[in-house]
Amino acid sequence: MSFLSKHKGLERHATLLLILSFLVVSVGGIVEIVPLFYLENTIEKVKGVRPYSPLELAGRDIYIREGCYVCHSQMIRPLRDEIERYGHYSLAAESMYDHPFQWGSKRTGPDLARVGGRYSDEWHVLHFENPQAVVPESIMPKYGFLAERIVEPDFIQSLLRTHRLVGVPYTDEMIENAASDFAVQADEDADHEELVARYPKAQARNFDGRAGISEMDAIIAYMQILGTLVDFSTFTPDENR
Amino acid sequence: MRIEPKRIWKMSGNPDRDQEPEFTGHEWDGIRECNNPLPRWWLWTLYATIAWGVGYMVAYPALPLIERATPGILGYSTRAELAEDLEVASAANAPLDDRLVATNLNEIASLTDLREYAIRGGAAVFRNYCSQCHGSGAGGAFGYPNLLDDDWIWGGDIEAIHFSVSHGIRDDGDADSRYSEMPAFTELIESDEIDNVTEFVLKLSNQDHDPKMAGLGATVFEEQCSICHGEEGRGDREQGSPNVADAIWIYGGDRETVRQTIANGRFTVMPSWRERLTESQIRQVSVYVHQLGGGE
Repeated sequence: MSFLSKHKGLERHATLLLILSFLVVSVGGIVEIVPLFYLENTIEKVKGVRPYSPLELAGRDIYIREGCYVCHSQMIRPLRDEIERYGHYSLAAESMYDHPFQWGSKRTGPDLARVGGRYSDEWHVLHFENPQAVVPESIMPKYGFLAERIVEPDFIQSLLRTHRLVGVPYTDEMIENAASDFAVQADEDADHEELVARYPKAQARNFDGRAGISEMDAIIAYMQILGTLVDFSTFTPDENR
Repeated sequence: MRIEPKRIWKMSGNPDRDQEPEFTGHEWDGIRECNNPLPRWWLWTLYATIAWGVGYMVAYPALPLIERATPGILGYSTRAELAEDLEVASAANAPLDDRLVATNLNEIASLTDLREYAIRGGAAVFRNYCSQCHGSGAGGAFGYPNLLDDDWIWGGDIEAIHFSVSHGIRDDGDADSRYSEMPAFTELIESDEIDNVTEFVLKLSNQDHDPKMAGLGATVFEEQCSICHGEEGRGDREQGSPNVADAIWIYGGDRETVRQTIANGRFTVMPSWRERLTESQIRQVSVYVHQLGGGE
């Protein structure tokens, strides 16, 4: 009992108690979090995932600003029913350039991890303006105002730079051309060669069908790329998961 | 320490209840802190969970090492379990799926078991992939056709439906996609000509119209519209041009909407599904849509 009765000294020394409590609590964090940074199989080695293009990244910011993640997840779990509804389960690699990730856990609306290409741009416009016009059962609010808000790419370089700061591999070339890539992606008639060279599989067109680059263009560009990047032919499930 | 069986479930491990519990020496305003032993049942539950935890670590993937985590002696993996789940489900459906894919589309309706399977499977596919545009009851929505009626834009026999589902409509990601385009006539003809042809379309569809303007619009229609919509405006399935002489509209048949359609054009896209769905699923949903009421 001699060892167990020593807690008296500990309990009467506030600073010591604080330090030792902190050490005890951090064990859980160290054991669960630290290995994710060095274990080789945390992020699958697949081809195709690339940083978001400037327009997609701007759309992603609108997604976050509007709190879309409150009702929509972006994480298809490895369960049969989810796969039959949404497609292949999400890979860690798919959100490795997401800062912060948009996995979410609340599904008031459907999961959006693979929404890209599932609906036409026109459907998205109609649905953002008035979700009930196409899905009468929906309880989603209207986001028609996005089409009226023109986005100027004033801060797009800073945005890319900030993402580079937290580990997204944007090259100097990407940052230098951010504003022009931003404009080119929303312009159907522009030359998209350079944009696609920098951001493979980037879809470039006038997403909302209206003049000017609005928040609607940006968010639809983001929607249409979601889940479309991974080349699943390069994916082998790791047996250790 | 010897435990009498009866005592395990007692609330207190104190062997002698009559005896005063050990006093810790802390006292505040007459409230004394005593050092009672933990209840036995609680203590044993704690030991049991610790034992369970150790067993779990041995059995399942748990401890992170240098390269990867320990695999556990059961060799469990979420993804392997999922693969097995998917395998079981697809193996159970395989005989029907194989027959569905091998059977001529036109014969499916006469084979009861295949038809039943296709309708049920197709209903699930429809709810998941099609209802967002065509409505959960297939009644359509603004810009997206009703699939319950017999007014088809690209054809309503099973093969035409199967083709539309497989390759989509105006999907530039699929080279075989159905394609046609209603141009924006505001760039091609004068504004008053658009007004006139709008009146003519209202006349064709038996609605209130201005006879004089409609008369002028008839010429415009013949020159500009009839090549796709036909001289009487009855449409052409080869080009996916809808019948404008009936009461069924995709975007609406009132004066304002008709004018808007003519002036600005329309370009509704249906995605190509052949990469997202299996051939069996495409056939299921085609059979499902075909039997909704309007199938030809």
